[in-house]
Amino acid sequence: MLAVSTDSQFVHKIWNETELSKMVDGGIPFPMIADAAGHPGKVYGVYDEEAGVNIRGRFLIDPDGVVQAMEVLTPPVGRRLDETLRQIQAFQHVRANKGAEATPAGWEPGKKTLKVGPDLVGNVWKVWKPKDN
Amino acid sequence: MPDEAVGCARPTGAVVGSDPAQRRPEELESEVMAMTTVRVGGKAPDFEAPAYSKGTFIRVKLSEYLGRWVLLCFYPGDFTFV
Repeated sequence: MLAVSTDSQFVHKIWNETELSKMVDGGIPFPMIADAAGHPGKVYGVYDEEAGVNIRGRFLIDPDGVVQAMEVLTPPVGRRLDETLRQIQAFQHVRANKGAEATPAGWEPGKKTLKVGPDLVGNVWKVWKPKDN
Repeated sequence: MPDEAVGCARPTGAVVGSDPAQRRPEELESEVMAMTTVRVGGKAPDFEAPAYSKGTFIRVKLSEYLGRWVLLCFYPGDFTFV
């Protein structure tokens, strides 16, 4: 987990000490990156030039350095962590079986996956229905 | 002077007369095109930046995390509300 805002690393330190450590035992356990010039915010397409801040963008990057998922929100609405965790579990599952299985909509660990291949074309309804979730 | 609205996007100063709402639509569009460089299925652009981590100041280089899953989260600012 890496967090990035345009605040300096010094502001990150004081925010962690004065506020976040009172919400999370032991404080924030991951690096808080200072992006004062809006880079890397610009290359990730989340830097707001007018406001001088990075908007809420989250990028899931796999062990090969490939972006597998991204989500970008405007500032007033916060993210929901359990959906992010679900996506991480789904991408890890797909990676572990080298793409032989896909996870249908709403999938969670332990739920049915789809064995992709020619025989599944037009036959998803036989093996999976939305109520299976 | 009117009170500044307090929101999650931290306001900064701007040159007088450079109101973004006054700009031509095509100008805004080209800016958006230029900014969109990350796509799913593509390589995450590498970067290096200073950071605060568990009581110390470090430099983070994204490529040093190869071999591990990384969740890279941008947010508007420290001490904002959400």
